[in-house]
Amino acid sequence: METLTTTHRTLTNKVGTTVTGAEAVVLSLLEEQVDTLFGYPGGAIMPVYDALYDYQQQLKHVLVRHEQGATHAAQGYARVSGKTGVCIATSGPGATNLITGIADAQIDSTPLVCITGQVGAHLLGTDAFQETDVVGISMPITKWNYQVTRAEEIPEIMAKAFYIARTGRPGPVLIDITKNAQFEVMEFYYEPCKKIRSYLPQPALHHADVADAAALINNAKKPYLIVGQGVLLSQAQEALAQLAEKANIPVASTLLGLSAMPTNHPLYMGMVGMHGNYGPNVNTNACDVLIAVGMRFDDRVTGDLATYAKQAKVIHIEIDPAEIDKNVTTTVAINADAKAALEALTSQVQPAQHQAWIQSFKQCEAVEYEQVMQHDLYPTTNGLKMGEVVRHISEKTKGNAVLVTDVGQHQMIASRYYQFNTPRTNVTSGGLGTMGFALPAALGAKLARPQQEVVAVIGDGGFQMTLQELGTIFQTQAAVKIVVLNNSFLGMVRQWQQLFFDQRYSSTEMTNPDFVTIAKGYHIPAQRIEDRTMLDEAVATMLAHNGSYLLEVVVEKEDNVFPMIPTGASVDQVKLCAP
Amino acid sequence: MKQPLTVSVFTENKIGLLHRITVIFTRRKLNIESLTVSESEIKGVHRFTIVVEATMEQAVKMVKQIEKQVEVLKAFVHDTESLVHQEIALYKIPVTALQHNKVEVLVRDSNIRVLAIEPEYLVIEKTGHPEETQQLFDTLQPYGVLEFVRSGSIAITKPMKALSAYLQELEEAQLAWH
Repeated sequence: METLTTTHRTLTNKVGTTVTGAEAVVLSLLEEQVDTLFGYPGGAIMPVYDALYDYQQQLKHVLVRHEQGATHAAQGYARVSGKTGVCIATSGPGATNLITGIADAQIDSTPLVCITGQVGAHLLGTDAFQETDVVGISMPITKWNYQVTRAEEIPEIMAKAFYIARTGRPGPVLIDITKNAQFEVMEFYYEPCKKIRSYLPQPALHHADVADAAALINNAKKPYLIVGQGVLLSQAQEALAQLAEKANIPVASTLLGLSAMPTNHPLYMGMVGMHGNYGPNVNTNACDVLIAVGMRFDDRVTGDLATYAKQAKVIHIEIDPAEIDKNVTTTVAINADAKAALEALTSQVQPAQHQAWIQSFKQCEAVEYEQVMQHDLYPTTNGLKMGEVVRHISEKTKGNAVLVTDVGQHQMIASRYYQFNTPRTNVTSGGLGTMGFALPAALGAKLARPQQEVVAVIGDGGFQMTLQELGTIFQTQAAVKIVVLNNSFLGMVRQWQQLFFDQRYSSTEMTNPDFVTIAKGYHIPAQRIEDRTMLDEAVATMLAHNGSYLLEVVVEKEDNVFPMIPTGASVDQVKLCAP
Repeated sequence: MKQPLTVSVFTENKIGLLHRITVIFTRRKLNIESLTVSESEIKGVHRFTIVVEATMEQAVKMVKQIEKQVEVLKAFVHDTESLVHQEIALYKIPVTALQHNKVEVLVRDSNIRVLAIEPEYLVIEKTGHPEETQQLFDTLQPYGVLEFVRSGSIAITKPMKALSAYLQELEEAQLAWH
């Protein structure tokens, strides 16, 4: 929650002095307590880069190898630190290369401030060299954006950008700064933004809504909490645990909500969604009161909406009013910050047991364990399985690493089997499903939490989408541990082709390079294993290594992720194996 | 069921906001039938009147997405019954058309204003609902309509709550948050 009592640090030696717009950009970043930014220079942003040269002690600039990497690194940084990620690029192609990451941050509610250079104001609209309408392009995928054409606008706009990016439901903001505005001089003053008339970051908690919700929960026989990233964003993990424990309510998580509750918590039942756990999915259609917290009923969570939790009264705790009643009609909506809402709710909820209801999850888990998990985690077949690799990583890190995943089969397997211990340790691309996300995001996460182990689990497909960021990892000496699960296929697409397209493997098989040699080209030690007997030691070696390390694990070529809710099916039609 | 709905949006006067609002419609493949923007009764607050064919459910969800835009103060959706709405239409007709008695009677009787008279043509104006301005167009067409233009719908809502009251609520909610 925003408070006015936060002490505000001012760079007094510069306040009131005349600086260039470019220096004002840098000073504004320092005023916002930014210590790291990710970017790539180019013509239209060169004045800002020149100004950065004087502030290398206070502001670490990470030179990525492609601007998309800058956005994902900033996302990784933001997701684990809770701070706003910052990236910077030049006009034209530099700016358009940010777009995928901005779209990813928008759909996954990640606070980013993206700064782009732009051609001089007198050239706007003339198809000048490297001119592109990035404000127009990014409008549908930013929370807010703005083009600065005069130096004196810079401090106010930067303050607004940070305020909008981090408050309420967070999101990406893009500030496009014409080159003349970077060169012009101005008198520097900085006032953090505290209020925008047309923008209400979070609505006040209505106690009548809380009372209604509490009454529903107190009368429930089968209450069920499904939690999303909103819990992490509002730092409500303790409030969540208190509510769940007081009334013994089973809890499941969305993909982005993982780590909001420790995986081994007795009331934590697993993940919902297309490849979520069996019990959490089928019991969605068995509960009588569904309490959804900081989640948005994404289609990968709900399956067929027409048959989703129709028997249940739905309480939706959500900060963004546009998400309420968007996909699922609520009985009681609490349009507020998750932490405030959960705390208020806990005080009005009566202690309860619900033993039989909780037991029904355990029974489902036993079925899932027998049919799926044990074969993934302790396979007896020849080929290595992704699940056992994740199990080794989880056991050896004791669930205390930051797990960064890319998109595809390995992502689902890692999300299913990693045993999270602490909040904000799951970094993945959820809503947009951006392959290539993990490697740069892991770099950003490691720079935000240098003391914590950061393990990126990536498929062979996604790895090759952004593997040039190995160069950034080498240059920054960020000790990221990279696990490439190589099945020489675009595995998730291949799984769908097997199940729904008559095994017609259209353009999914990959002839891969020697990843170990590539890593070594970047001076990153690496090892490739194909044999189960080497797995335990290989994971240990990777984790023990003091620096970045790449472990390539050759896994079974044609393995599938189960359970699975086929597209358009109901959550209770979750399949435990292929038909 | 799809029906003509009027979305009223009150915003700050900022460049690019029109685009931010219209992409919310285009993303859902909804065609905007008409759109007008002008300053409202409060200085600096602009009012968009957007007519769209949509279901009420679609429109209610869109209004929430519109309100989510940082520089939007408030948005509403109304069906035709809850509005007083009007359009303005201009017609350029040849002077020779006046030789027909019917046209002259029309000009006298149907609440039409003559805006300009030139040797070869005259420009007349009619305000009304779309059916009315269309009806006049259909009547004039046999005598030759040289040019025809119609504004988007502008609309005042029937409920009595003033914009200033909504702004006051927004202000109070922000104070409560701090």
